Amino acid sequence: MGLATAHGLARRGREVTLVAEGDAARPASAGNFGLIWVQSKGQGMPAYSAWTARSATLWPDFAARLAEETGIDVAHRQTGGLHLCLGEAEVEERARFVAQMSNQMGAAGVRVEMLDRAALREIAPAVGDAVAGASWCAMDGDADPFRLARALGDAARARGMRRIGGAGVAAIRPDDAGYRLEMRDGTTIRAARVVLAAGLGNAALAAALGRSFPVRPQRGQILVTGRLPRFLGVPTTHVRQTAEGSVLLGDSKEDVGFDYGTTMAVGAQIAARAVASFPVLGGARVVRTWGALRVMSPDGFPIYQTWPDLPGLWALACHSGVTLAAAHAGPLADAIDGEAAPPEIAQFTTERFDVPTALAG
Amino acid sequence: MNARLEAPVFDLAIVGAGPAGMAAAVEAAARGLAAVVLDEQPAPGGQIWRNIEASGGRASLGGSYAKGAAHAAAFRAAVADYRPGTLVWHVETADHEPARLWLMQGERVGQLRARRVLIAPGATERPVPVPGWTLPGAMTVGALQTLLKGAEVVPSAPVVLAGNGPLLYLTAVQLAACGARIAAVLWTAPPGAWRGAVPHLPGFLASGTWRAGLGLMRDFRALGIRVVRDVAAIEITGDGRAEAVRYRTAGGASGEIATGLVALHEGVIPATNLARAIGCEHLWDEAQAAFRPRLGPWGQTSVEGVLIAGDGGGIAGADAAPLAGRLAVLGAAHALGRLTLPERDGLAAPLRRDLDRILRGRAFIDRLYPPRLARAALPDAVVVCRCEEVTAGAVRGAVASGAQGPNQIKAFLRCGMGPCQGRFCDPTVTRLIAEARGVPEAEVGQFRLRPPVKPVPLTAFAAAGEEVA
Amino acid sequence: MFRRLSPAEAGGTPVTFRFEGREIAARAGESVAAALLAAGEAVFRASPVSAAPRGPFCMMGACFDCLVEIDGLPGCQACMTIVRPGMEVRRDRIAGAPA
Repeated sequence: MGLATAHGLARRGREVTLVAEGDAARPASAGNFGLIWVQSKGQGMPAYSAWTARSATLWPDFAARLAEETGIDVAHRQTGGLHLCLGEAEVEERARFVAQMSNQMGAAGVRVEMLDRAALREIAPAVGDAVAGASWCAMDGDADPFRLARALGDAARARGMRRIGGAGVAAIRPDDAGYRLEMRDGTTIRAARVVLAAGLGNAALAAALGRSFPVRPQRGQILVTGRLPRFLGVPTTHVRQTAEGSVLLGDSKEDVGFDYGTTMAVGAQIAARAVASFPVLGGARVVRTWGALRVMSPDGFPIYQTWPDLPGLWALACHSGVTLAAAHAGPLADAIDGEAAPPEIAQFTTERFDVPTALAG
Repeated sequence: MNARLEAPVFDLAIVGAGPAGMAAAVEAAARGLAAVVLDEQPAPGGQIWRNIEASGGRASLGGSYAKGAAHAAAFRAAVADYRPGTLVWHVETADHEPARLWLMQGERVGQLRARRVLIAPGATERPVPVPGWTLPGAMTVGALQTLLKGAEVVPSAPVVLAGNGPLLYLTAVQLAACGARIAAVLWTAPPGAWRGAVPHLPGFLASGTWRAGLGLMRDFRALGIRVVRDVAAIEITGDGRAEAVRYRTAGGASGEIATGLVALHEGVIPATNLARAIGCEHLWDEAQAAFRPRLGPWGQTSVEGVLIAGDGGGIAGADAAPLAGRLAVLGAAHALGRLTLPERDGLAAPLRRDLDRILRGRAFIDRLYPPRLARAALPDAVVVCRCEEVTAGAVRGAVASGAQGPNQIKAFLRCGMGPCQGRFCDPTVTRLIAEARGVPEAEVGQFRLRPPVKPVPLTAFAAAGEEVA
Repeated sequence: MFRRLSPAEAGGTPVTFRFEGREIAARAGESVAAALLAAGEAVFRASPVSAAPRGPFCMMGACFDCLVEIDGLPGCQACMTIVRPGMEVRRDRIAGAPA
């Protein structure tokens, strides 16, 4: 998220300094599954459906531009994507969800439909008999999060972005010229404007400024196999075959605090679902597993926050850094640089979390 | 009831049946611990004593090999639960609870629990990345020795050995004794290495290992093999397979030798994959130019209940490993309440005395046989990660792009993401980053490793939720 | 590249299996990689990145360059698998995923 924003600001000709953590850091981008996903986004928050759809629409140009500027192919594909349903109960549940969302999705220009077995097999012939149906959205796609992170960094650097690695920020203080970032190694960085995109670290950075920034970790575990001959041409919620041929398996959700570990209990569930979805995966070998922490706000939607008395300071958080990368590098960076904020993101401030508390009080 | 809860609980799980693991099993039996020995090999002996039982300690393989027969016999006599051909592909630990080990035996998945886990993983050969080292016909010296010991298969045409170290001498002597021809040895230890070693000579002499060492060197010299000394660079060439090796000495002499088989060796380094996947802390050992686990006096790692013994804890050789294995078991027996403190220390004293004596000889050997090709400036075109074919130049490029450490390199380049899981690129990647950033390797660190310890079929993961060994 | 000190049939129990359809004579207890090298096979697979030929390198289960498909299961380490009579071994086919 930080890289996409930095890239967008550097493109606008701003002098950008990226303060990055060292090798021990576990940025959410390094644990990302790589989906550019629209079909299930925004229940109860139409603006999020619209914002997600906007980013998916921006993605093809965004990826092409990155390739042009850096020579890095981020493996973007807008093939359409599947949410597979194992058994009739899952089909019914998914169909209900798709129906509930249809007005909201339609308003955002997104069409999601249910596919029966026959229609599904035309798109994904490798699905197993346990798969009873799927939902499908042509706007869905994927990209390689690792290549994306590198391309964003390279592109921003080519436009003069400076990168300060390793030290980490101890505190941020407003001063006459803007802000003073006090680094853990004792050095200081001064900036007219500051964007906080430190993922879960934003909570502490904001707290030091006397602000509340409610984000919590939600762990997702991912299994990845060795390279396989291509068997799947479109991404699915739980299974994605990458450009190299390896297969990512995941979509677990656990509330375990700041624990990046993996557990066999969850790994076994992910594996069992993957083999049921695609029996060809039975012989595939798992090369690695990892746990990553999603950056979750109380309602799961992004936060794009400014405070009137802290001019030029933005605090950002979301758990869909790849899906939203094109929007973050484009309209969001534009807004941070002083243009009118995109209408979709007006609601994504922390004030929305104050309301229930006020009512309860 | 959840089937997972029924996995049997052992006092001690020993992973590896080489010198350290076998001795640990014998000691565990003597202390009355309920132990299980899990080893990937089909028979006890580890790498050094591979196939020792079937070969009967073949005389042509020399005295250091023959020694293994007695160890294997003692192991067989003592061990109650020995599971050869078993891969431990994941260990889950939790404070104050037995560790859980996931196993694979053929295609069968299983699990068990253990109050203490002793890892005796041994060593692997230090990766020696040189141009052409991925060609068929480029192998390691240890691979040739394995073929000889495990299957009585030897090179059919003159082979070139490149590198240095005791194992290279030993393998040359063993191969020659079996009638294999050696075209040349490209010796990479600098001629001045002995100067750095001399201060450590007293320790080496006291260690008692000098007799075997001298004998080995005498046997090697007697073979009359052509030795090119002070080799600073080599390149293996060929179209689709090794056809020749070119070399250059520090003095500027160069040459080319036609051969279909080139074997590389510059010493061994601890096999740390399992320990790192468990989360044991590792530190850089400058003298051995390798990372090793941080260990306590009883082989304790930074993870409660997980112990390491033998070369996997730092290279000390096959004479030291059994002692370290036994000491770790004594420590575990005390921790489990089977030995009082005075009992433990009384039993440990003679072992520790012998171990200390052997360890005193190590610094001499480390300095006499320093890695050279494995530490030399790498041309950009050399493949560093064999699995994903990532070159030294690509690693340097990623550092220039802002990657600060191995984990970011992995994310940028897929380096270390192939089936070997970084086993053959890890040391080189760390070194290249250290060179590019101008910081010590200790600061750069290593790949963060994750289960499984080796790639296992997805069905093994799927079954891991239910099955019990 | 390699030869046996004594023929596969002499000493030990002979085992035969197939590699890419070709019959290979082996000895009980040895690894698939050793048997294939002794039978003159040097190339076990193509690398999945550049399709370059690869063969056994470390012979101790660490390098994963000797991967083969055994009885339909891909990604098997030939150096860590003991020969079984009648096993069907093929070059690892995982290679060739489009980049």
